[in-house]
Amino acid sequence: MTDAVVLEAKDLRKHYAVRRGLFKPAALVRALDGVSFRLEAGKTLAVVGESGCGKSTLARAVTMIEPPTAGQLLYDGRDVVGRSAAEMRELRRTVQMVFQNPYGSLNPRKTVGAILAEPLVVNTKTPKAERRERALAMMARVGLRRDQIDRYPHMFSGGQRQRIAIARALMLNPRVVVADEPVSALDVSIQAQVLNLMMDLQEELGLAYLFISHDLSVVRHIADAVMVMYLGRPVEHGPKDVVFARPRHPYTRILLAATPRVNPELRAERVVPKGELPSPLNPPPGCPFHRRCPHARENCAVDVPALRDVDGRLVACHYAEEMA
Amino acid sequence: MPLLDIKNLSVEFTTRAGTFRAVDGIDLTVEEGEVVGIVGESGSGKSVTSLAVMGLIPEPGRVVADRLSFAGRDLRTLSRGQRRALTGKDVAMVFQEPMTSLNPCFTVGFQLMESLKAHEGLSGRAVKRRAIELLEQVGIPAPESRLSAFPHQLSGGMNQRVMIAIAIACNPRLLIADEPTTALDVTIQKQILDLLVQLQKERGMALILITHDMGVVAETAHRVAVMYAGQVVETRAARDLFERPQHPYTGALLDALPERALGRRRLPTIPGVVPGIADRPEGCLFNPRCRFAQADCRRLRPPLFPDPEGLARCYYPLGGDMWGAPA
Amino acid sequence: MTMDVQSNAVVEPVATSTPPHPLAEFWHHFRRNTGAVAGLVVIVLLAFLAVFADVLAPHSPIAQYRDAILVPPVWQEGGSWTYVLGTDDIGRDVLSRVLYGARLSLLIGLIVVTLSLAVGLAVGMTAGFFGGVVDIAIMRLMDILLALPSLLLAIVVAAILGPGLFNAMLSVSVVVVPHYARLTRAAVLAEMSKDYVVASRVAGAGPLRLMLVDVLPNCTAPLIVQATLGFSTAILDAAALGFLGLGAQPPTPEWGTMLASSLQFLQRAPWVVTWPGVAILVTVLAFNLLGDGLRDALDPKLKR
Repeated sequence: MTDAVVLEAKDLRKHYAVRRGLFKPAALVRALDGVSFRLEAGKTLAVVGESGCGKSTLARAVTMIEPPTAGQLLYDGRDVVGRSAAEMRELRRTVQMVFQNPYGSLNPRKTVGAILAEPLVVNTKTPKAERRERALAMMARVGLRRDQIDRYPHMFSGGQRQRIAIARALMLNPRVVVADEPVSALDVSIQAQVLNLMMDLQEELGLAYLFISHDLSVVRHIADAVMVMYLGRPVEHGPKDVVFARPRHPYTRILLAATPRVNPELRAERVVPKGELPSPLNPPPGCPFHRRCPHARENCAVDVPALRDVDGRLVACHYAEEMA
Repeated sequence: MPLLDIKNLSVEFTTRAGTFRAVDGIDLTVEEGEVVGIVGESGSGKSVTSLAVMGLIPEPGRVVADRLSFAGRDLRTLSRGQRRALTGKDVAMVFQEPMTSLNPCFTVGFQLMESLKAHEGLSGRAVKRRAIELLEQVGIPAPESRLSAFPHQLSGGMNQRVMIAIAIACNPRLLIADEPTTALDVTIQKQILDLLVQLQKERGMALILITHDMGVVAETAHRVAVMYAGQVVETRAARDLFERPQHPYTGALLDALPERALGRRRLPTIPGVVPGIADRPEGCLFNPRCRFAQADCRRLRPPLFPDPEGLARCYYPLGGDMWGAPA
Repeated sequence: MTMDVQSNAVVEPVATSTPPHPLAEFWHHFRRNTGAVAGLVVIVLLAFLAVFADVLAPHSPIAQYRDAILVPPVWQEGGSWTYVLGTDDIGRDVLSRVLYGARLSLLIGLIVVTLSLAVGLAVGMTAGFFGGVVDIAIMRLMDILLALPSLLLAIVVAAILGPGLFNAMLSVSVVVVPHYARLTRAAVLAEMSKDYVVASRVAGAGPLRLMLVDVLPNCTAPLIVQATLGFSTAILDAAALGFLGLGAQPPTPEWGTMLASSLQFLQRAPWVVTWPGVAILVTVLAFNLLGDGLRDALDPKLKR
């Protein structure tokens, strides 16, 4: 597997103006505020965070559903921003998405065959018979029976629907698959099957995954690199082993501490997180995490920490060196 | 005498395709002040069990049991009025989706005080004071101002705290929490679980925690019951369950956790699917998917066999002859 | 102590048969509502009568029999089998007129519903899909139409266009368009937020394909119900216009017009008024029952 960089994001920003009524000025929501990463073929970058961290916005930006407000999104070195419609169509084929909700991501009025054929219908001139053949082949690849091609989504279980969703994402032979919480809604035993499938496909096809999840145990299993996000910014970003073994951002440590584990004694520290998740409409000054941080000091409320290289990964904390 | 004593409880629904047993002959006991976790995947019947205890099974469903008693009172023979007096007061429940479990048309304060008025008979300033007290106890900052908030104005975590406040308002002896944290973010989940455990300890309240998340149960429960396809397949102390599971389903479930993958690339999975209405097997319900199944597993449904640490519904438990258990 | 590593194939119990076609499933739910089935039967019967009115009617609806003015129905004294339901004040056979009237009423319902559904659908989809200024403009226009009492509005439009059955149908259609527009817009908005629409966008589908192929089929349930109920509203409104003299003009055997011209005979010759009235009643009731049955049959599927 080559380590070619398939996708690169440079300082991606996405801001929304939210109207707050006739008399107040519009508020600016910084849903994404400076996200950079590189994604290589055959590797998985996990994006971890809770509600309001910007992971869904990131997914939409990477799949080019919404153009970024600033920054660059490079596929094979070519910036997505400012492309013509025809070039966008071409680029669309390189990235596809798998969604969280297996019950909402498939059109209930279409058969599996129609759902799988749609990307081909929209983007290629493949004749009908060949579309069906390719759909059947993809179904076999994700472990679905061929005779189910004319069934409707409501006849399948959650795990099977996710397989259909994965099959749909692969129909155009993309290089990058954005998976937005693909296994969060599944039972543990089904989750294992789908994760195995995704890892097999990654190895077979050299896919790059942008794997969004809040479940750190899943992330630990499947990711090569991890990026922890908070209020639209990455707060820690580095190789999986480094981040999990020695987390240096207080938020990462709290996330790890809060994840329920079957062997809780193995946990490094017991910290109960305090405070609520902040609203992107009203971010705190200085470090966005300082109000909930057990290690916050005076300057944390004033200076915004920059993402810097500490101990083999990037951290956005003034006192990262002290978090051992 | 256990606080909640259930023996051979079944809940049946008659549908077009036949009679469906969502819960199939389960036994469960909960002592005062104990935290019992009920773990299972979808279709295991864990939620239906709690609804049956609360008397919330909708009409076409039938609830039958050899014994279904709470604090010595037989729940099967209560009239609707008596049942209503019991639920909400001595037995309370917290649900999964706080945003939809609270009435969106009424303020949080109204819903909280409604419960207090109904069961404790308070009114006027006294009920308002008690409501503020409760909101404080569940960790809501500035509770006076929250009384007039509507559910959609509060975050998921806040709403769940309100739900818990409503549930503990009348000092119940048993609190049933059905997937209380599944819809919440990880850090909020931790806060809510800690709150439940803290309240449970402070008030000596028994807690039934229903979830599909093994980690949650490992951290909060004293005892665990594992459910599969409507049956309890194993019960024992939480620590013992995770260190020495006896039922093959429990073992397979634990193995499938990414946490236990230990660097292996592929996760072990369980072949097959949970049986539905049409394909309930003869004998042990898990046998088509169990790699240890023998001939007698396919013929006769195993009862719950006791072993020194708990009970397992299996002829060939994983521990084998560890304690001279029936092999 | 681990399970064997499995291949990716999903091992499942063998499927017993092909799953039922969605139409068969729908019919199964629908069948259980006796009222709805009764309504359907009546409507089919009406359609049959309407289509074969030429053959079934004993007389021409506009033929006047001067020697048979105000003949009572056959079971009353003075009636005869020649004019089973009696005749009206200029000697026209009531039965034949009612039968031909069925043709007209069903036609009215069909045209009004088709027109208003088509326009309402297009308008609602555009509003829901494009949002923003387009949405606001369209919906405010619909609000204006809705603010005016429907019958009055129909009368105004009919008065502008001039009397006549076709103009009456047009005016009734205009009045009813906002209902379909709002329904469609609400359904479109609900569907647009769903993941499968986003999935189609990620796959590269353009707005037109998204609207027509992905979203529209999922919005049909409430529209079907509204359309069926709209039949009865259309018939009633057309009858009202006819009653007021703005709809079908005599000698057209439209039920409402028949009512209008015969009201003076209510005491003397009640059969002239009763039979068109009963016909309207039965037809409207049948469509309402059918519409309710459809609503119940289409909804539970979503819940299941």
